[in-house]
Amino acid sequence: MASMRDIKRRRDSIQSTGQITKAMKLVSTVKLQRAKGKAESTKPYSDLMYETVSNILAKSGNINHRYLVAGESTKKAVITITGNRGLAGGYNSNIDKLIINSGFNKDDVDIIAIGTKGRDFLKRKGYNIAKDCSDVINEPLYTDAKEICDELLERFAAGEIGEIYLAYTSFKNTVVHIPKLIKLLPVSTEDLKSEEGDKKVDTTPMSYEPEEDEALDMIIPKYVCSLIYGALIESVASENGARMQAMDNATSNAEDLISKLSLQYNRARQGAITQEITEIIGGANATG
Amino acid sequence: MAETMKLLVNTPDRVFYEDDSVTMVELATSEGEIGVFPQHIPLTSVVVPCVLKIHHGNEVEKAAIHGGIIEILKDKVTILAEVAEWPDEIDVNRANEARVRAERRLSAKDPNLDVARAEMALKRSLARLGAAK
Repeated sequence: MASMRDIKRRRDSIQSTGQITKAMKLVSTVKLQRAKGKAESTKPYSDLMYETVSNILAKSGNINHRYLVAGESTKKAVITITGNRGLAGGYNSNIDKLIINSGFNKDDVDIIAIGTKGRDFLKRKGYNIAKDCSDVINEPLYTDAKEICDELLERFAAGEIGEIYLAYTSFKNTVVHIPKLIKLLPVSTEDLKSEEGDKKVDTTPMSYEPEEDEALDMIIPKYVCSLIYGALIESVASENGARMQAMDNATSNAEDLISKLSLQYNRARQGAITQEITEIIGGANATG
Repeated sequence: MAETMKLLVNTPDRVFYEDDSVTMVELATSEGEIGVFPQHIPLTSVVVPCVLKIHHGNEVEKAAIHGGIIEILKDKVTILAEVAEWPDEIDVNRANEARVRAERRLSAKDPNLDVARAEMALKRSLARLGAAK
């Protein structure tokens, strides 16, 4: 049986770890509330944007637009959104796994890393990190999303990259976060339609000014941008949610361990006292 | 009471404006300035940086919007703007400086100048100034 001192030392160390995880949980709870509020205020914009784009595509049928057909290049740009910090359960590694299991050929992939955790992991695995915008995730702004989006669209238009993907963690609710890999460009009309499901497509005849082609030219960048921005905001909320959960588990685990160790400690203490008494009595009997 | 429609202005960060009793909306699209009354034909268009004027009968509210999409239905107008600001959120001095800078850049005729970008900057600053006036 471990000595009293060892048990006490172990218990104290677990206790201080427990205090840290508890504090971290409180911090991420506050951050989660804020991120959640932000995610909710972004939602109407991205929903409407989605609706508008799918309406245009649904009505204009099979137009041959440059954003709707894949480029000839086999290069794929993948935007990976992870955190800059760990201790968030599976949050970061889920995105890493998503990329590893995506079936993309390593040599064909340019990673646009947002978040140092994903960046470092993918770099170790031998992926090419084309751009690193890890500061963005601390406080994502719409202009950040726009900058990333503009650069990628330029490369897409120049034919350097054929497809653009986005890996992020979608925020369903406080406890459910789903890692997702979505295709940003070319916008596939099938995807938009199938997601629409049986939702009734608005059939009011709509006129466009300028013409559909030109309108798409201007609307799709905004659409992609709103997707990226939405993903950033949702990822931040998911990260804090995941961290909150992980820290909550860690704290309750620490509490369990402490109560177990306390029991052990008390037993050891009792054992030691009993032994001492037995020794004294033995000694007294021997002398008496 | 004149006929009214619903106006919804959304930006990525917030629902900027939502009201049911709008009688007319004025703004600029890539094809020119338009005024929208209720019962307008359905139209989707691209908004360029401009002053958005929201009419409630005789009262007019102004705001600066910086590019986006407008969807007009018979009784509802939805604007998805990248940035939207009320006059009291606009820093007039800064907007003025931006205007002067953009004008100088445009008049310098530098061959490397990104004209489209400078023009956008000029339009944005003009939209801000117009709304703040």
